Order: sequence, then C-alpha cells, then structure tokens
Amino acid sequence: MSLSSKDKDIVRAFWAKIGGKADEIGADALGRMLMVYPQSKTYFAHWKDLSPGSAPVKKHGKTVMAGVGNAVAKIDDLAGGLLTLSELHAFTLRVDPANFKSLAHCFLVVLAITYPTDFTPEVHLAVDKFLAALARALSEKYR
Amino acid sequence: MVEWTDFERATIQGIFDKMEYEVVGPAALCRCLVVYPWTQRYFGNFGNLYNAAAILANPLVAKHGTTILHGLDRALKNMDNIKATYAELSVLHSEKLHVDPDNFKLLSDCLTIVVAAKMGADFTPDVQAAFQKFLSVVVSALGRQYH
Repeated sequence: MSLSSKDKDIVRAFWAKIGGKADEIGADALGRMLMVYPQSKTYFAHWKDLSPGSAPVKKHGKTVMAGVGNAVAKIDDLAGGLLTLSELHAFTLRVDPANFKSLAHCFLVVLAITYPTDFTPEVHLAVDKFLAALARALSEKYR
Repeated sequence: MVEWTDFERATIQGIFDKMEYEVVGPAALCRCLVVYPWTQRYFGNFGNLYNAAAILANPLVAKHGTTILHGLDRALKNMDNIKATYAELSVLHSEKLHVDPDNFKLLSDCLTIVVAAKMGADFTPDVQAAFQKFLSVVVSALGRQYH
C-alpha cells in the first residue's frame, strides 16, 4: 500500500490548503483521541489537564503537527526523513503503534468536520494511506 | 451488559433523529469501498465499481448503504441488549455472507467520518466518543456469532 505519485500530490495539496490551521487541527485531533480512545491517556499521566482544548493538549497538538508537516515535506522518503523521530518513539516514548491508528482516525474526523466538501473519498484515501505510511516510518526502529 | 449514560443515550438518539438515511448510508458505504478497496470483494454482483466516480454513481451501492444504515435502528431501539438483537444478523454475515468482521470496523470508521462532516462543529469530542462507543458495541455484536 505504498504512496503513488497521485497520492503524494493530493496530500501535498491538502496540506497546503490546511496552511495555518494545522495547529488547531492537531490540537482538536489529539483532544478527540484522548476522549474517544481512553487508553491513549496512559501516555500523558504527567499532564495536569487532558481535556480537549486544554493548554497541554494545544501545545502537544502543535508539536505533533510539526512532525506531520515534516513528514509531508519528506514524503518521498519517510523512513529516512523520520529516522530521529522513529528513534524517539522507539526508545524513549515507546508508544504502542496501535495508538497511531487512533490518532490518524481522529485527524481524519477533524478534516471531515473542517472541510466537509473538499474531504472527498479520494482525498480521504490518500491521506489515510499517508498517515499509515507515516505510522510505519515512526515504528521503523521499534524492533 | 453495556452501561450507557443519559448523555450517551440522548446523543445517539439525537444523531439518528436527524439522520438523512438516504444520504449518509450511501456516502458511508461508497467511502468504505473507495478508501478500503478490498471491501469490494463482497459486492461482485453490484456492477461497475471500477473507480470512485463509478462507485458514487452506482444505484445498488446507494440502496445497500441505506439498508445498512437502517440496520442500526435495531440497536437504537434495543440499546440495553444489542448483543442479542444482532445474533441473527451475525450468523447471516458469518455463515451466508462470509464477511470478515474486521470490515465492520472499517465501515463504522467511514460512517463516523461522514456523520462528522454532516454535523460539523456539533460533532464535538464527547459526541464522537458516544457515537463511536455505540458503533463499537454494534460491531462487536455483529462479530459475536462467528466461529
């Protein structure tokens, strides 16, 4: 299920459309994940407030989206481009990869809410493939 | 037995009260067939599924999408016993239709996304949580009778 050049074009175009809203979208997606998939909260026990819209969620949503933006820029070589992040997730964070799927789904939900007409099935397909490829690259160093 | 809060019951009922079955059902099934093309394996006799445009224009897909969505009405009317409510449908999907139960989750994710697009800002995180909880109970019940 590798990314075709059409998929990459769609992802790059949609990322450009998201533009400055990225931080907001990231925070919304993260907040939703914590609420809809409570097991994900286990990674943030050190936060004071895990509710949607809280300061730690907003801050971290921004961090995550910077990573996603970086991945879009490195879309032609995700494993190489995300090497450092992969090592971080593998050796320090040790996030169970199932959670990448949960966050990806919430990200898609936010895109559907924000862009109800533009988030067509074809765009959904390309973005879903991209997020899956991103997750794979992030889990590269796990074992 | 699944415990439902008042908020969850009201939220889920509210979503279905406003549901446009003939729009949302087809949209969800089409999305599933496009985003997860291997799900097309169950619709060999539906005619043209060649590309996204064909899928979206296919009247058999549209009709079936509506049928599936109405299937959720049963759970809505029997929220305290969804498992038993779907026992027969579970047997059907297992023994007659031979649908891999993992597909139920794929369709339910697509349905969530279509409902989110329709509801916009009203599809808040807690509404999403309630809706996804409902769908996950249905999905579990549908897979229950497989052996």
